[in-house]
Amino acid sequence: MPEPTAREMTKGEPPLPAGLPLMEKSPPGLIILWREIVRDKLALASLVFVLLITSAVYITSFVLDQAQVVRVDLFALNKPPSSDHWLGTDYGGRDIFGQLIIGTRNSLTIAFLVTALTGLIGITVGVVSGYFGGMIDNFFMRVVDFFLILPFLMIVIAFIAVVPKYSIYSFTLIMTAFLWMGIARLIRSKALQERELDYVKASRTMGSSHAAIIFKQIMPNLSSIIIVTMTLNLAANIGLESGLSFLGFGFPEDTPSLGTLVSYARNAQTLESRPWIWLPASALILVLMLSINNVGQALKRAADARQRRG
Amino acid sequence: MIQTIGRRMTIMVPQIILLSILVFLLAKQMPGDALTGLLDPTIDPAAIEAQRERLGLNNPWYVQYWDWIVNALQGEFGQSFRFKMPVTDLIGERIFNTFWLSLATLVLTYLIAIPLGIFSGRYNDTLGDRMITGYTYLGFAAPLFIFALLMLWLFGFKMGWFPTGGSVTPGMVPGTLDHLISKIYHLLLPATSMALITTVTTVQLLRSEIIDIKHREFIHTARAKGASESRIYNRHILRNSLLPIAAFFGYELTGLIGGTIFIENIFSYPGMGELFFSSILLRDFSVVVTLILLYGVASIIGALVSDIILGLVDPRIRIK
Repeated sequence: MPEPTAREMTKGEPPLPAGLPLMEKSPPGLIILWREIVRDKLALASLVFVLLITSAVYITSFVLDQAQVVRVDLFALNKPPSSDHWLGTDYGGRDIFGQLIIGTRNSLTIAFLVTALTGLIGITVGVVSGYFGGMIDNFFMRVVDFFLILPFLMIVIAFIAVVPKYSIYSFTLIMTAFLWMGIARLIRSKALQERELDYVKASRTMGSSHAAIIFKQIMPNLSSIIIVTMTLNLAANIGLESGLSFLGFGFPEDTPSLGTLVSYARNAQTLESRPWIWLPASALILVLMLSINNVGQALKRAADARQRRG
Repeated sequence: MIQTIGRRMTIMVPQIILLSILVFLLAKQMPGDALTGLLDPTIDPAAIEAQRERLGLNNPWYVQYWDWIVNALQGEFGQSFRFKMPVTDLIGERIFNTFWLSLATLVLTYLIAIPLGIFSGRYNDTLGDRMITGYTYLGFAAPLFIFALLMLWLFGFKMGWFPTGGSVTPGMVPGTLDHLISKIYHLLLPATSMALITTVTTVQLLRSEIIDIKHREFIHTARAKGASESRIYNRHILRNSLLPIAAFFGYELTGLIGGTIFIENIFSYPGMGELFFSSILLRDFSVVVTLILLYGVASIIGALVSDIILGLVDPRIRIK
């Protein structure tokens, strides 16, 4: 239902005393998102779970010594879970539980970093080409089209294989370089819609600069869609990082990640008879991605007024 | 429509050229060149230098690029140093395995998606629909490689129902019925694992299409005319809701590319993804470069197919 305009409300009625609001202001986007999460119990539980895991992992990894965890112990190769090693050990006698904690921290860190960087690039490109349109838009969209048709996985693996002095930073940069296009395209289409609205034209007539319109007026209106996309991308990036690490093209060997733990299962014997090595990490990836997706889907419903529950 | 296809094809040309330049520059960054695989280390460096000069390896990159692209257009992609055979022959051996795997996955994807999507859309908000929606949520969030690994562990190793690797039982004579059955048997688990994950987007799309269409005016009209419920669903609704599914077919093809790399790796299935993976580990870069180019062109064509179907189905989005 369209909201009644001020004139409709006051028609035929005595004018309201000055200083009184004519209508209730609709709550800001962030509050709507938050309300939707609280209403959706599954999403709330997922959010709490993700926050708990994240903080637990970051806090314990301060106490935990990475060098200690990845130290090879020849007397404890491939040991099943025991009181010494809660989740057993891998082929190098390294404690799985410790690796799981550090691995989760590393995987989450990369996923957060990649999400933030791709978000930054994607939003900038998207808003600029959507808002200005014309030649700029044409140029950026051809670039995006080109990046989108590249066989992502192969190109990323090939880049990782040829980069000299490969490190976590190059990993992040390579992933970012081939992942920003989706957001750019989405934000561009939204910015294009916003640009046509009257408030932008009005603001322009009143002499606002382009920068002011973009940052103070358009961006706040895109905030909920940005939050939704970033949340869903975070889940996807955890999957991508662990997938690449699983294939052996993610984190360097001495740095545990969720994907490297799962990759031990590429050894048929480990897969068949030593599930304690790879199953916990697999389950954790699955649950983390599922939870973050849950939150993302709830946010998505909140951002689209037609689907909102409350 | 022919004009649209023509315009769409002209967009493709610069894309393919850019792709080939990118792949070529990537190849230049890789250690080793056409000679590394052929020479033995006892040869005099001056002779190698002379050979490099003769083969044009000291030319500027754009001259080399031109030579390379002319060869590539003639189907000449150099030698694999690992297998000591032309890359084209090597890929020719593997391409059919990947083709069968992709085909089986596609068929299974639609075999799963269409009944589930129709049921879910027709009886939305029933228990069955909730279960299907729950499955699509799970499938959407679950990464393919973990799901495939779990399937392999459960059905390949724990239950022992399926073979755990290869594309055919060794020793089978090609052309016999046993050979064919063994091939299908080896395909079943990898293709099902991939299809169960890739199908969820199609299920979701079909469900929302059906829910959207069943409230349209023309459905009320059909009902008012006295058309039976099954006729309404089978003819009026299904036909309309399958159109967007058909249109996404090309993108589905593109999506298979990334999937086969994981699946072939996990199930040790000797296709192109597995070849790519082992080649990059052993630095057999002429194979790597050819495969990236091949997959890149395949996904460009996939997008083209989708756009053409979309244009046929929905005249509004034809390129002006």
